[in-house]
Amino acid sequence: VSNRPQRVVVTGLGAVTPLGDDVPSTWAALLAGKSAACTLSESWADELPVRIAAPVRTDLAAMIPPHQLRRMDRYEQLALIAARQAWQDAGAPQVEPDRLGVSIATGLGGLGSVLDASDILRKKGWRRLSPYTVHMFIPNGAAISIGIELGARAGVHAPISACASGAEAIGYGMDMIRSGRADVVVAGGAEAAILPLTFAMFAVMRALSCRNDDPERASRPFDKARDGFVLGEGAGAIVLESAEHAARRGADVLAVAAGVGYSADAYDVAKAAPDGTGLVMAIQQALANADIAPEHVVHINAHATSTLVGDASEAIAISRAIGNAGSGMIVSATKSMTGHLLGSAGAIESIAAICALRDSMAPPTINLEEPDDEIIAAGINIAAEARELRTGSWPAVALSNSSGLGGQNVTLAFMSA
Amino acid sequence: MVMTEHEILSCLAKIIEETAGIPASKVVALDADITDDLGISSLAMVEIIVSLEDKFSVEIPDEALKDLRTIRDVVSYMQGVQHSGAGPNVQGDSASEVAAT
Repeated sequence: VSNRPQRVVVTGLGAVTPLGDDVPSTWAALLAGKSAACTLSESWADELPVRIAAPVRTDLAAMIPPHQLRRMDRYEQLALIAARQAWQDAGAPQVEPDRLGVSIATGLGGLGSVLDASDILRKKGWRRLSPYTVHMFIPNGAAISIGIELGARAGVHAPISACASGAEAIGYGMDMIRSGRADVVVAGGAEAAILPLTFAMFAVMRALSCRNDDPERASRPFDKARDGFVLGEGAGAIVLESAEHAARRGADVLAVAAGVGYSADAYDVAKAAPDGTGLVMAIQQALANADIAPEHVVHINAHATSTLVGDASEAIAISRAIGNAGSGMIVSATKSMTGHLLGSAGAIESIAAICALRDSMAPPTINLEEPDDEIIAAGINIAAEARELRTGSWPAVALSNSSGLGGQNVTLAFMSA
Repeated sequence: MVMTEHEILSCLAKIIEETAGIPASKVVALDADITDDLGISSLAMVEIIVSLEDKFSVEIPDEALKDLRTIRDVVSYMQGVQHSGAGPNVQGDSASEVAAT
């Protein structure tokens, strides 16, 4: 192994999202501007101020045998399906087990399973708990299950940073390959927390949109009338591979995973720093890490969740970090369609950024009817409709921003293959 | 109602198929070792034991587990507790209700 860091490429994509059972269906729905938000039919929703969400419609029981299904939380099931898809998309590569890693994170872990277990404990006693409760609860459970299925021995990791978890997991996977610890890493994030407690926790923070009578128009990043996010669920996984390993086996390269930047606001447990300082640092570090000038950035998939402070702070951060170099750059907020997938958001949005580079097409930011004054002042170019990306200058770079509750920021830089 | 050996075996096979995903056809070999031949993990065994407890309305103490190595061991054990215990629980959940009090 030489001392020069390995170049990392993306060779496989997989996703289960509120918009589709896989990456092609999700990407088609994103380009078409479809919203996945709907009114919840569960009776528990009647007692909460928010009764809208973006659930996954995929029948997971048709994809995982019953004995395996009962041993995993829903977030782990979603992660496993996304990872299987990504692995197949990469051509199910032959990898030395000691050179194969997993980095799959979540924001909340198996919250649904632990709540169920708590009910069983109260009503039936400790002996009636599933012996798999610990596995279903822990936030690295998905990484463990995927690691076992693929026989990955280079390490299974789940870096947790709230809603930046999926992005951080991809960054960590890149770092594993660059540092020489692995040749191939399956990386991404998963979340499945459409539960009464989650709604209550976020509702009490006044973080959720209360537009209950109009779910499809509730998630409206950067719009003046935005009033909070719409909770979604799902999983995204990508196969990261050293360029050398991918070339050796003749793999199709979808994009170059060129750089990652990490930062923390060190400001507040919930609110993003209004001047976007932390995110500016993450964007600049991602570009420096990729050794790319900001002029090459043609697209940003924003974190923009549709909250008042968060969206404005991100617009300022993008403007400060890219400046005039971003004149031809198009920003999209796909959470307008998927809702906020928490710990899997960064993974799904990385996949969207990679697809955008491949097709030279930015997905729309639906419901952007009247951009907020602060956003106009930031001077960034947000796509309300699907738009063609600027071509002609090589390399073309797409960024995916993620920010987590507590001020954790991760920016990933992908470059056209 | 007391179950015959054959009935206990098919009941056990069904439980193992549901909890561990092992086809019933493999379980009917009475001398099959639960760990070595069927590959059932200790956690899967906990699930199997709890399902048997629910089905037969009995409590199987942890001390009994070390002697349950083959399918035959489990079937014989369940035959034994049937004769001394409450018999199969056709209602399904009375043991759980007792545990909840």
